Amino acid sequence: MKAFASLVHALDSTNKTTQKMEAIHHFFEIAEDKDKLWFLALFSGRRPKRGVSTTLLREWVKEITGIPEWLFLESYASVGDLGETISLLLPPPTGYMDFSLAEWMDKIHNLSSYDESKKKEFILEVWANLPHQERFIFNKLLGGSFRLGVSTKGLINAISSYYSLEASAVSHSIMGEWTVENSSFEELIHGQYVDSNLSKPYPFCLAYPIEDVEQTLTDMQDWQIEYKWDGIRGQVIKRNQEVFIWSRGEELVTDQFPEIVEEIKNWEGDFVLDGEILAIADGEILNFTALQKRLNRKVISKKLLEEVPVGLYLYDILEIAYQDVRQESMHARRALLEGLLADKPLINIKISPLIQVDSLESLKSVREHARDINSEGLMLKHTNSVYHVGRKKGDWWKWKLDPLTIDAVLIYAQKGSGRRSSHYTDYTFAVRDGDNLVTIAKAYSGLTDKEIQEVSRFVNKNAVEKFGPVRTVKPELVFEIAFEGIGWSTRHKAGVALRFPRILRWRKDKTVAEIDNLESVKKLIQ
Amino acid sequence: MPGQFFIDPWQPVDMALITHGHADHARWGMKKYLCHHFTVPILKSRIGPDIQVQGIGYGEAITINGVQVSFHPAGHIIGSAQIRLAYKGKVTVISGDYKLQEDGLSTPFEAIKCHEYVSESTFGLPIYQWNKVEKQNEEMANWVQQNQSYKKTSVFVGYSLGKAQRIMKAVEGIAPLYVHYSIHKLNQAYESVGIQLPKYEVMDFREDVKHVNQGIVVVPPALVDSNVIRKIPNMAYAICSGWMTVRGARRWRSADAGFAISDHADWHDLLTAIKSTGAEKVYVTHGQTAVFTKYLNEIGIEAQEVKTEFGEEEDEAPTTKLEGSVL
Repeated sequence: MKAFASLVHALDSTNKTTQKMEAIHHFFEIAEDKDKLWFLALFSGRRPKRGVSTTLLREWVKEITGIPEWLFLESYASVGDLGETISLLLPPPTGYMDFSLAEWMDKIHNLSSYDESKKKEFILEVWANLPHQERFIFNKLLGGSFRLGVSTKGLINAISSYYSLEASAVSHSIMGEWTVENSSFEELIHGQYVDSNLSKPYPFCLAYPIEDVEQTLTDMQDWQIEYKWDGIRGQVIKRNQEVFIWSRGEELVTDQFPEIVEEIKNWEGDFVLDGEILAIADGEILNFTALQKRLNRKVISKKLLEEVPVGLYLYDILEIAYQDVRQESMHARRALLEGLLADKPLINIKISPLIQVDSLESLKSVREHARDINSEGLMLKHTNSVYHVGRKKGDWWKWKLDPLTIDAVLIYAQKGSGRRSSHYTDYTFAVRDGDNLVTIAKAYSGLTDKEIQEVSRFVNKNAVEKFGPVRTVKPELVFEIAFEGIGWSTRHKAGVALRFPRILRWRKDKTVAEIDNLESVKKLIQ
Repeated sequence: MPGQFFIDPWQPVDMALITHGHADHARWGMKKYLCHHFTVPILKSRIGPDIQVQGIGYGEAITINGVQVSFHPAGHIIGSAQIRLAYKGKVTVISGDYKLQEDGLSTPFEAIKCHEYVSESTFGLPIYQWNKVEKQNEEMANWVQQNQSYKKTSVFVGYSLGKAQRIMKAVEGIAPLYVHYSIHKLNQAYESVGIQLPKYEVMDFREDVKHVNQGIVVVPPALVDSNVIRKIPNMAYAICSGWMTVRGARRWRSADAGFAISDHADWHDLLTAIKSTGAEKVYVTHGQTAVFTKYLNEIGIEAQEVKTEFGEEEDEAPTTKLEGSVL
């Protein structure tokens, strides 16, 4: 595993893209085909099944080291990663085991069929025979999650530059469902399995936030303007009588939205569409909080289907009759989409309407009122634009509404994980509710490293607890919290839930006496 | 204690006993200083040449206002001492900062039997286990060689008193060695008491620094985020600190490499040191005080936390410390 370990180490110890590329290229040079496949699988989030529970791993490490549970938890809180904590706690190795990545993955795969004592025997032997860096990687492999130092996009770029392939072709080739057992690395990245895989999606085309509206919209005729809907982006594929729905996170979510699948199944032809999955009741789009009730459920009850019906607003068409039309202009694709829908009985599925205005002033007023129909702003797409892979500046812009904001006070802090494990980076905020404070939101982003260090120092000095991961702090630091929407919630003590809260800025000029109160926050709900 | 003296005080006092020369232990403004002989030149270099300071040897006993005082090796940095106080048959040892690992520069730690022991707990969590010195040196040497194969200059970041000299020794003879002026100043203090350091050149960042190419440069932490360090062409930099044990801490600092090398005791050595004193009661200061105190009590060693006014120490926040002249 040395080659893989040094790759992980190299990716981990630089944030310069060129150096990461060099490290990956070096790995491609020396690694076996199956090792490369595993590398690709692990770094693009294809996790094998866990063969041994983390509970057992924790039991065994406590048994070996003799440390009590609470001390294990303190260590874990300080490191922020279970696999790394375990590796750091174990005594130094007494020998060395040398296997390739694929061989290790085989051994880990076999674990599922072992009984507990055999599992233990294997794990303990490995722990005693790997140096820290490799032991840490082994622990990560056991958990199957492996996202270190390089994004899927970075990996795709590394493959495309090393093998002289188009990045879009590579990302298409490695999307979807493939297994290490049934694939060869070279064949996979050269797209040899694409045709045989009906569900294979295209990478989503994404938009950048608009920088200068006046400069961009010089001629309104050049732009297709739509609402930006606040649901989840979905790619709907119908090929050979089968329907698939992919989320933007490249997950198959087909089973979660039976009403969309049913309707699409009845449509003639083969096609790939891009749209927004939304909660829609009586023709009105509901806010995201409503849609959330439908997401990531294993079973969707009949009651829930009636309570929160789901529909699809279509934006674009990427493939028709197995023809990739992404290089056609937006204008042409819109015509194709309208043509496809012309004779369909549209029930839960609609085309996202275009906004026709003659001046920037009237467009601004449309945007101002977007929240009234649960839209989060506007989308501007150049009529000549192709359907890009990923984000490209210039012809697709999002023009979101300014976020809603409140002033809240920091009451709990927790250390982050990974890079953030040495500082308190995860915060819980409260607003005033009568004489009390009530939790309103958690936020993990928005501060600079310097500010995080400063908050961490404050937490260290002002924490009520000394043990455990969460620190209660004196309510003193006030932050402006921005969020995209707000809805009623029975799950939260405050009775409201904020959508995508983050820290806008640290209000050092304000004291806890000046934070918002719950009543005024509730008034923000439409 | 009725001795009318203070150990590593933060407020100006008449008589200060100094465990070692780090800035959070040796502060300015004391009427008189008492420290180990080797610490004398460090205090003069850092606080001022005119301070009233008396040197004392390890194991040499003096009596101050009825309290018998002696200094014993702490192994932390050159001249670092545990201070033993004996009064009416009761012995207390204030260990200052210490480590058990032998770095080849400071006099090795000696366990002193006592009734009460005051211990630090900077790395008082079981995740902190240092590699052997030979292994650490080997890893650093490998890193330098790897950099050279990419035609890169290796820059090591370490506190200028103690860590910098350890780094210099670890990479001796692999490539030309350059050190920042603030380190050179302290090197002189080392050499003045007869400690041999590897050959090096002082770097003048006001001049062009291209000649250091593919060599080894040692700088103090304050330079990491400064423009000065960026003058070094094609460099890779490594932070040397116990905190570099944890991946997240390494990545937070976005260094090219991190070496977990510390002048403090790791978890096992803290326990070994404490047990070897035979102390009936242990006072825990600095670092993981709550966790470490709780653990000591659980394993049957009576312990108590002591609050100190200490700010952040050299090993805690390498970027926040400014020392010497930046140029």
